[in-house]
Amino acid sequence: MKSELSHLLRFIRYGAKNIWLHKLRSLLTILGILFGVSSVIAMLAIGEGASYEAREAIKQLGSNNIILRSVPPTETSGKAEGQVLMTVYGLTKNDLQILQTIPSISSLTPTWEVTQSAWVEHRSVPIRLVATTPSYAQVTNLQVAEGRFFSHLDAVRRQPVAVIGSSVKDALFPMEDAIGKVIMVKSSRFTVVGIAGTRAVTQSAKTFLAQDINYDVYVPLETARSYFGEFEVKPGRGPERQRVWVVFHRIVLQVAQPEKILETAAVVNSILAERHRSADFEVLVPLELLKQAEETKRIFNIVLGSIAAISLLVGGIGIMNMMLMTVTERTKEIGIRRALGAKKRDIIWQFLTESVILSSTGGILGIALGMLIPLLVSAWAGMTTIVTVWSICLAFTISVGVGVIFGLYPARQAAGLDPIQALRYE
Amino acid sequence: MEQQDSATGQDLVLFDNVWKIYRIGTVEVRALAGVSFSVSAGEYVAVIGPSGSGKTTLLNLLGCLDRPTQGRYVLGGRDVASLSDDELSEVRSKELGFIFQSYNLIPQLSVIENIGLPLFYQGVPDSVINARAVALAERVGLGKRLHHRPTELSGGQQQRVAIARALINEPHFILADEPTGNLDSATGREIMEILADLNREGTTIIIVTHDARVAACTRRVLRMLDGRIEHEE
Repeated sequence: MKSELSHLLRFIRYGAKNIWLHKLRSLLTILGILFGVSSVIAMLAIGEGASYEAREAIKQLGSNNIILRSVPPTETSGKAEGQVLMTVYGLTKNDLQILQTIPSISSLTPTWEVTQSAWVEHRSVPIRLVATTPSYAQVTNLQVAEGRFFSHLDAVRRQPVAVIGSSVKDALFPMEDAIGKVIMVKSSRFTVVGIAGTRAVTQSAKTFLAQDINYDVYVPLETARSYFGEFEVKPGRGPERQRVWVVFHRIVLQVAQPEKILETAAVVNSILAERHRSADFEVLVPLELLKQAEETKRIFNIVLGSIAAISLLVGGIGIMNMMLMTVTERTKEIGIRRALGAKKRDIIWQFLTESVILSSTGGILGIALGMLIPLLVSAWAGMTTIVTVWSICLAFTISVGVGVIFGLYPARQAAGLDPIQALRYE
Repeated sequence: MEQQDSATGQDLVLFDNVWKIYRIGTVEVRALAGVSFSVSAGEYVAVIGPSGSGKTTLLNLLGCLDRPTQGRYVLGGRDVASLSDDELSEVRSKELGFIFQSYNLIPQLSVIENIGLPLFYQGVPDSVINARAVALAERVGLGKRLHHRPTELSGGQQQRVAIARALINEPHFILADEPTGNLDSATGREIMEILADLNREGTTIIIVTHDARVAACTRRVLRMLDGRIEHEE
């Protein structure tokens, strides 16, 4: 057993030596395998990244949720009010009441949002103020890392309490405890009662949420209404100012039975479409993210999978070609080895080892390149990519397999040579 | 056609009415037509003959590279005429030592690796192979060139490597094919001296050659003509 191993090691050493003897030729030969394997790794990394993003996004948005969002209508249907343009759009309290009558919806959580800055003494940070109801934490899977979310009592009493995102905490209270401290938003004071846990910001979650939710500050809806009113005044060009009136920016609908989500979304859509003259709302279903992710994964798998398959095939043929050439060049050597007692099996092993060394070297380099590609894709396209251990194992196995499959024929050719003829070959 | 059944017991090599017939298209070529001879341990034999006399065929059969069409070849008490390809390989690696005209060293291997090759195919551990290869390299006077490549050696040195390689498996006999054919006469004489020394120490040697001067160094000459042993001296 021990000598078997040293036998194999010696085959590997001889094989590596021979390949090293023809460095350029070997390098060119393994390029096909290299690209094939790196495509496999990149493909799996991008696919894995897409489904990870989808899972994360769904975790944040809630898999049982339907999200209604107010969107500014494309045509400006505002009426001039002196110098100020008034725009009214979006979801209303009446919408909320009507939607409450749909039996499959178990809860409705409206939000009103405004971009502001929050400050403490000399520190300030841009935030998104999210005014909502206490159910928000539960329906969006918001974890409170420290303190608590605000309660119904806070809402009813219009308490000036706030739950701040982890990035807000880091910006305003970098070294100290934030709970119980006061932050200023516009000219209003809010007492921090809770800090939200840090949440991963994924690309697809961003398309739904429009920003990094770690910069959110959550306050009770009633409190915000009494502090900030219902208008948002946006600075316009010149003396013109735009006044925007949106009652709710979002309403998160929770559906108890997941199988009814799509059906409910369709009902909600038709009810709202009847009530709104312009398309000033949209209905988003996080569950559809999964379908999108699967689609992304499928497209990448088809594109890169075929590149990988073609490269591996071409690479394998390249290896076979080189091995056939090697066998011809080394006919004499094969004759000598046979005369000195090498069995056919030994010759097969020798050449098979060589082709597997070639292909697995290509595989290892391909794995290195394949791990680099996802990094570049992440940096340039902003896609999440994940290189899994099993994809590396798979890629390596494939490269070894290519070496065996495409090396077997040349190796058998070599072993099949007549020792007498081979010895006389010059 | 002589019968030599009586000799089987002691003989190292016994050829008993060996025929080798090649078919080239429809033409039958009788390369060997009933060759019988025996060689005992410790002999130093030359097989000589003009080209086409069946010398090379005899060499291939003696070297277990080929199987006779008919007849028996008993090597060390074992009939090897009908062995399988794998079994013949094993016989070559364990019981024979080859010396070729063109040395036939493997160019990408070092001197000791070349010398050790027959043992490698027997699955002998590396450490044992290396120790024996080094000892044999020293014996043929190449102790200082262990890690050289064959291309870095002169013809005579390469043939010494080949001799060391032929000895490493402690073979029944050494089979030499024109061992001095590629060498100048001085170097050729050196090689013949080494072979003579080996024979004095008890190694059985069979040389196949067309060179009468080489044959003259041996103690017994089998002269071949037209696929038969025509004459023995």
